[in-house]
Amino acid sequence: MDLSLSTRSEGDRTVVVVGGEIDVYTAPKLREQLIDLVSAGNYHIVVDMENVEFLDSTGLGVLVGGLKRVRAHDGSLRLVCTQERILKIFRITGLTKVFPIHSSVDEAVAATD
Amino acid sequence: MPTVTVSFTPLPAHVRTARFIAASVARRAGVPETVLDEVRLAVSEACSLAVRLHRASAPDVPVELRMVEEDSRFRIQVVDAVPRSRPTTDDVYAAIRLGDDEGVAFTPTEGSDLQSRERIGLAVITGLVDEVDVEYLASGTVVAMAWPLELPDREEASTLPSVGG
Repeated sequence: MDLSLSTRSEGDRTVVVVGGEIDVYTAPKLREQLIDLVSAGNYHIVVDMENVEFLDSTGLGVLVGGLKRVRAHDGSLRLVCTQERILKIFRITGLTKVFPIHSSVDEAVAATD
Repeated sequence: MPTVTVSFTPLPAHVRTARFIAASVARRAGVPETVLDEVRLAVSEACSLAVRLHRASAPDVPVELRMVEEDSRFRIQVVDAVPRSRPTTDDVYAAIRLGDDEGVAFTPTEGSDLQSRERIGLAVITGLVDEVDVEYLASGTVVAMAWPLELPDREEASTLPSVGG
């Protein structure tokens, strides 16, 4: 399955729903989407990864790039993920300490810290 | 020793194909279902690295993916044709710590150079796979990974014709 992307607003948060596989081939599409959102002034982004079937370090790089962009505007980038196989790569790389990872979109949208 | 070898043009789109083939051959060889996600991820990391290196220095040379079924092991080798020096242990260690504040410089953002990408990719593979060996040769690099096989299915496997050489 290729990458699917859709976005919607929930209050001042922008939710990006990602589905399919994020790898060296598809990651540029996600990168462009995140760049476009930040360029348009969306600095609080929630990436819903519940429908992601595969993620490797190329995809992680794009998410880290997005995080750096929103942080430059005092924004936030939160992830929604409960799939063990996807969470594993965040743990291996230590990125669980970098990204707030939530178990539902509602929880991520409500989070303020 | 059934073997499957695949050569592919270094295009990012083919990395997905490589994952599919590797997982399919691994499943048939008897690699446990619970481990197939690790096989997919490790192959994706190794092949993404090889594709990036080839696109930078050898775009016309195919990347090779070798899968070998042994008695108790399933081995995968990803072979590239871009000779380079071995990253230092410190580099790999730094990449593993990329989630730490100090390690953020090694985080694989889209602007990362190939060397940083290599460190990250190898760090992920090392974190995933127990048996990993990276050989830096005059002809390029071989990332060799191995997984233990589930043995109860051997009888069935031995009655099937072997795949490849």
